[in-house]
Amino acid sequence: MKRRSSFSRAVFIGTIVFLFMPLFVLVLYSFNESKSGSWTGFSLRWYIKLFSDSPDLWRAFGNSAIIALGSALVATVIGTLGAIGVNWYRFRLRSYLRTVTFLPMILPEIIIGVSLLIFFSGLGFKLGLFTVFVAHVSFNLPFVFLLVLARLEEFDFSIIEAARDLGANDTQTLMKVIVPMTMPGIVSGFLTAVTLSLEDFVITFFVTGPGATTLPLYVYSAIRFGVSPVINALSVVMILGTIALTWSMRNFLKYIAAK
Amino acid sequence: MIGSDVVIENVSKSFGDFAALNDVSIGIKKGEFFSLLGPSGCGKTTLLRIIAGFEQPESGTVLLDGKDVLPLPPDGRKANTVFQNYALFPHLTVFENVAFSLRLKKQPEAAVRERVNEYLRLVELQTHGSKKPAQLSGGQKQRVAIARALINEPSVLLLDEPLSALDAKLRQHMLIELDAIHDKIGITFIYVTHDQQEALSVSDRIAVMNAGKVLQVGTPQEIYEAPATDFVAKFIGETNLYEGSILSVNGELVTIESAEFGSVQVTDTDPPPSGTRVSWTVRPEKIRIGPDKPSTSRNALNLIQGRVDEPIYSGFQTKFYVKTAGGATLKVIKQHADWSDEGPEIAWKDEVWLSFSAEDAFLVEVKG
Repeated sequence: MKRRSSFSRAVFIGTIVFLFMPLFVLVLYSFNESKSGSWTGFSLRWYIKLFSDSPDLWRAFGNSAIIALGSALVATVIGTLGAIGVNWYRFRLRSYLRTVTFLPMILPEIIIGVSLLIFFSGLGFKLGLFTVFVAHVSFNLPFVFLLVLARLEEFDFSIIEAARDLGANDTQTLMKVIVPMTMPGIVSGFLTAVTLSLEDFVITFFVTGPGATTLPLYVYSAIRFGVSPVINALSVVMILGTIALTWSMRNFLKYIAAK
Repeated sequence: MIGSDVVIENVSKSFGDFAALNDVSIGIKKGEFFSLLGPSGCGKTTLLRIIAGFEQPESGTVLLDGKDVLPLPPDGRKANTVFQNYALFPHLTVFENVAFSLRLKKQPEAAVRERVNEYLRLVELQTHGSKKPAQLSGGQKQRVAIARALINEPSVLLLDEPLSALDAKLRQHMLIELDAIHDKIGITFIYVTHDQQEALSVSDRIAVMNAGKVLQVGTPQEIYEAPATDFVAKFIGETNLYEGSILSVNGELVTIESAEFGSVQVTDTDPPPSGTRVSWTVRPEKIRIGPDKPSTSRNALNLIQGRVDEPIYSGFQTKFYVKTAGGATLKVIKQHADWSDEGPEIAWKDEVWLSFSAEDAFLVEVKG
């Protein structure tokens, strides 16, 4: 085997350091005793403060969780049915519709944010949790649609004809064949939607109102008054949460595939 | 199970400007293994899909046991389909795939179990019930598709190029199995294929199609020996196809004159009058080849002199391309017999005599 050159080794190490150094510093400082930028000793006080004395942070976290799960669920149902419809039925403007659905994915978020704001104020909606929820559904939709459609397109249309031939009506074909067959696409669509919704800042910033602060908005406003190590502690908790979620999802998908 | 007869009357279907089927009529008998044979785009799959209920024709009728089935949905017809790419449900096990239609009908689980196992035994997959389709080989997938289509006890099984995704060896094997299943259950099989070997080897009768029309319906022997049109002659097997004009007619014996051969004698049951321009054919294996002029007194024997242009040896037979004095090239196939029967060796550039009986040569088509 050819030995790797020292140049490629250096690039590799440099990339890893560049990617993970900030995270490492963040984790380190979440255990720092003092609030300042210098290391003064190991302490868990920021974690204690995070879990016992940060009501605003947890309210924002609660908002984010509701918005993320709720909008992902709604976007998954609409996106899945939309993808099935576009894949199943032949109609005019079909390919046009597909392209238009992908548009929000490539448009800059700021444009979506502004347009949603104009839309909501034009219709006289009060900005708040509901408008944030609707906005998140709308930008999550294309991702679910794309992932489900990609899965559907792996299959031959004759599977649907086979189901019909064997006596399944439309509802049975949908529930017993198409949805189970597409499940990996639906699950990954849902997870993508949850992730995108949890981390969204720009669009949420435009359409949010009083009492509807999400976690990214809260963190941003907190940092304007100086970086609180509580945020560091929260970040570490979220990193661990993400790792745990990813790991269990991987095993879940493996389990589904093997079943 | 009992098969149905299927009658297709004046069926036409077009997709946009493309006429997929043009006034097609075929009668298929109860329990027959019937093949629709033709090149891709000839309309054979469209016809199968019309019988299955996946397409509606613009005109014509399809009768199953005398009953018009066109108003019925696919599952309302006693016909089930085996799809080209198997179309198995990927999320269900082999057992669940086969059980699919019984479970839709909410049959009791014990009865479902018994029936599914019976059909898995029929296709020899009884030990694979808990596998997913992705864990099966191509041939096994095909057998699941067959069991799934048969479990409803249809009277007609429609097979859409079921072996095209398999490799050549497996295809031969599956063909024999299909034939055995057909013999065992005795229902009508309608088999779509573009492979003439497949069609010839298993069918009771074949309909040869091209460009939305049925050119000939007949037994494999009829189609092979006495093709109705030039297209059929060229599409089925290898052949020699030439044109000429009729010199004289004597009962079923027709003498044709052409520039390449002088005169040849062929057979036709209902020959057109003298002077008609026609095409005629003789299969390569019906022509005898030898270094000496055959000494025979039979008068209906065609004798042609030529020179071997190219011998192609392939083990059990040799194919010779023989250039005749008139400038035509005839294909001749010589089967290799055992040592006692094998004549003198014929090599490249040898002068040879070809002979074939008028009974083995057929008038094919009248030229306009």
